[in-house]
Amino acid sequence: MAFSRRNFLKYAAMSAGGTLIADAPFFSARARAEAEGGNVRYVPTSCEMCFWKCGAIAKVEKDKDGKDVVVKLEGNPLHPQSMGRLCARGQAGIGQLYDPDRLKRPMIRTGKRGDGKYKEVSWDEALTYTADKLKEIIAKNGPESVSMMSHGSPGDYFTNLVKALGSGNIAFASFAQCKGIRDAAWELTFGHKPGSSCERVDLKNSRVIVLLGTHLGENMHNSQTQEFAEAVGNGAKIICVDPRYSTAASKASLWLPIKPGTDTALLLTWINIIISEELHDKAYVEQYTIGFEQLKEAVKQYTPEWCAKETDLPEADIVEAARDLGRYAPHVVIHPGRHAAWYGNDAQRSRAMAILNAILGAWGREGGMWLPANGKFASFNDGYPKYPDPAKPPVIKGDYPFAGGEGLTQVLRDTIITGKPYPIKALFVCGTDMLKALPAPDLTRKAIDNLDLMIAVDIMPSETAMMADVILPECTYLERHDGLFKVEARQAGVGIRQPAIEPLHETKPAWWIASELCKKMGLTEYAVKDSWEARMKRQAAAWGVKYEDVADKGYVTIPGSEKPYITADNQPEFKTTSGKIELFSADLEKHSFDPVPKYEPTEGPEQGMYRLLYGRSPVHTFSRTINDQWLWEIQPENEVWLNKKEAEALGLKDRQLVKLENQDKVTVGPVRVKVTERIRRDCVYMVHGFGHNSPRLKRAHQRGVDDQQLITRYKVDPITGGTGMRVNFVKIIKEA
Amino acid sequence: MPRYVMVIDQSRCVGCMACVVACKRENDIALDHYRTRVVEMVKGEFPRLRTEMRSELCNHCASPPCVNICPTGASHKEEDGTVQINRHKCVGCKACITACPYDVRYINEEHGYADKCSFCQHRLKEGKEPACVATCIGRSRMFGDFDDPNSLVSKVLRENSWRVLKPEVGTKPNVYYINQFPRKS
Repeated sequence: MAFSRRNFLKYAAMSAGGTLIADAPFFSARARAEAEGGNVRYVPTSCEMCFWKCGAIAKVEKDKDGKDVVVKLEGNPLHPQSMGRLCARGQAGIGQLYDPDRLKRPMIRTGKRGDGKYKEVSWDEALTYTADKLKEIIAKNGPESVSMMSHGSPGDYFTNLVKALGSGNIAFASFAQCKGIRDAAWELTFGHKPGSSCERVDLKNSRVIVLLGTHLGENMHNSQTQEFAEAVGNGAKIICVDPRYSTAASKASLWLPIKPGTDTALLLTWINIIISEELHDKAYVEQYTIGFEQLKEAVKQYTPEWCAKETDLPEADIVEAARDLGRYAPHVVIHPGRHAAWYGNDAQRSRAMAILNAILGAWGREGGMWLPANGKFASFNDGYPKYPDPAKPPVIKGDYPFAGGEGLTQVLRDTIITGKPYPIKALFVCGTDMLKALPAPDLTRKAIDNLDLMIAVDIMPSETAMMADVILPECTYLERHDGLFKVEARQAGVGIRQPAIEPLHETKPAWWIASELCKKMGLTEYAVKDSWEARMKRQAAAWGVKYEDVADKGYVTIPGSEKPYITADNQPEFKTTSGKIELFSADLEKHSFDPVPKYEPTEGPEQGMYRLLYGRSPVHTFSRTINDQWLWEIQPENEVWLNKKEAEALGLKDRQLVKLENQDKVTVGPVRVKVTERIRRDCVYMVHGFGHNSPRLKRAHQRGVDDQQLITRYKVDPITGGTGMRVNFVKIIKEA
Repeated sequence: MPRYVMVIDQSRCVGCMACVVACKRENDIALDHYRTRVVEMVKGEFPRLRTEMRSELCNHCASPPCVNICPTGASHKEEDGTVQINRHKCVGCKACITACPYDVRYINEEHGYADKCSFCQHRLKEGKEPACVATCIGRSRMFGDFDDPNSLVSKVLRENSWRVLKPEVGTKPNVYYINQFPRKS
């Protein structure tokens, strides 16, 4: 692209004193494009390569045929989730947009389920077919027999459709397979989730940061990783509890390679040390908490000596960590973590983490956790009528008293299989490869077999999508609008997703697909009234922001919403039953659960077996990005991490191909073994999301292995219904 | 005329590869080639381990063997301290690839010339930092004018001990790695 001297001078003038700047100063998309002479457009939007919703700016140029091409993605400096920077995945959004393997047209299945035979049809045909089938199913089984499973933005629009039809059977994998367990535990303790857009951890100001099951850097949550690096650079003490020497562990001043499954023992021991050495924040505990005496009594049994044996950690390290937390309190934080579905007693572990933060006085304190931003968003539903009451009570919370509104995917799955208490015969699968997201994929297959209609709304032909009867292809985030987003960082604000270019293929935004289906189902009052942008403008008005500003800047802040720390005139509000931080939970006691967390040992591996652990890579988001050229190139497959001494005993060399067989004789492989000092001897580790079975994903197909296939067992958390998945064991079989 | 240098604070690198992908997109680099990489090296025995995350790229040496060996003058030193390749003069003889002690050059197979990191020269002309620096999640990579006493890079190099890669080969690199932790300024 040519730059005129005039434009260059403009930039030079904008960068103070001639110093270089991260990117051309981004005040507005319009101004920036004008400064560059009109050959280029900049479109501020929100990234969807993961769920952090970073503010991104797409740079769009014309190719030689005059067609718009997205040439680069950059971080939006105004946006708190990206702070001007995008991670590898964010940079590689272009790879998803131009992926030749994308779903490009609506399709209806012609062959047997799962054999991949489809005919391409028009949108009208696909939608008419879907609506007719739904009507048949509803006539026969009632509206409650229509359901949805989702992970991601299409879910919002199909929630509207499914609720309008009169069903409440909607479940998001983000609850039972991920952070719902933690959210419920923190709500029981503080009356708040530990965050919505991001965890409210004040990392950049922390003196001591405890990471327990959080491998920041490998789970690339952009703004949080930026702050973590800043904390490391500032010399904050990082205490990393992980059976594996993660990237975060490599940044830690204290790495605690804990025996898997014993985390709650460590947390309760820390609480005991802090209380018995009187290192807790006494005034804070007095003012804001209830149940301190019961807590004190309950944790007395957890001595450092006992803990050292239970966790396989040096007693001195356990004590040192607790004392460091006490010494620097309240400018310390125990990161709440995200994926909490580990061992089936996970809500109590999350409670222990919340309680530890509470007694250190970290909630609402500098270097601890900031208080929820004070952004008042009026509710906005664009004048849709109230949804009809579900014809029958939804099944999605099972018998779990603290299951959240996001629902339990595995309970929905069980209901589809058993038909009890009533049949569920139609399933929308929105933006999730269920077979990779849920434990026990054989049960998922069984559920799919029991459906009369499965509809996939997705971008990529995942194995799950290619089981569907109808495929309704969504366009990528760079080709569509979504609603405005609430962004809740230290400040509250509003973000936007808007198209950088027109859809490349016969794909549609999920809001359009769901809205058209509403019309076909005779629910016009729940369809989009006029245009989507007109709706977004009404949403902006309801939220008190100027739409044009959000569209031009990509993000606007709600003024005065940032009140991070407790002061005399900024007191925290705890939305618990008692209105205080509940160290002792009467709500749990009422449901016959331990009101103060107790440690329960977890079953370990048999001789010759290893516990299967899984995690994230900074260049991939679950199974969704593996086929992206730019990310696939960096990490085309996963490998299984094995301790060096164990490898020697098994006669295995680094990079050798092996197979893995689990306790139920399920085998996956071949996969390369990574022989390393970076993991304990009793477990193996792999990055989740690989081993795609869909041959349409040409790059990703059968590269690496799928951990979920080995996760044939899961242990359900009795409080929340979360599915603990780290309860599977594998043995390693040498390839001949 | 500025003298451009890159300074890397490895303690802040989280190995996220944002720099690698940003570079590939910014410079439209073909599959299997990289102008920058992040090398992860772990030493020690469980549980006493140490990790070095090392971003590597062209060192834009003050005494560059690639320039000295280039038979056509394609590889050359510019006034701003950067080493650049004149694509029209390059005949793809690979002498520079052999001469470079840092293994950061490759042949652009489509066009037949040698290629490598340019410190995003086209961005520098627009007053922007190189793409890898602009997106660095850990702010581990810093960039600027060594000769400007107020620039971040010159301050950081003044106030902290640092090293360069393979000093023994006498190339005088312009990519510096900070030894001190925590870093001053």
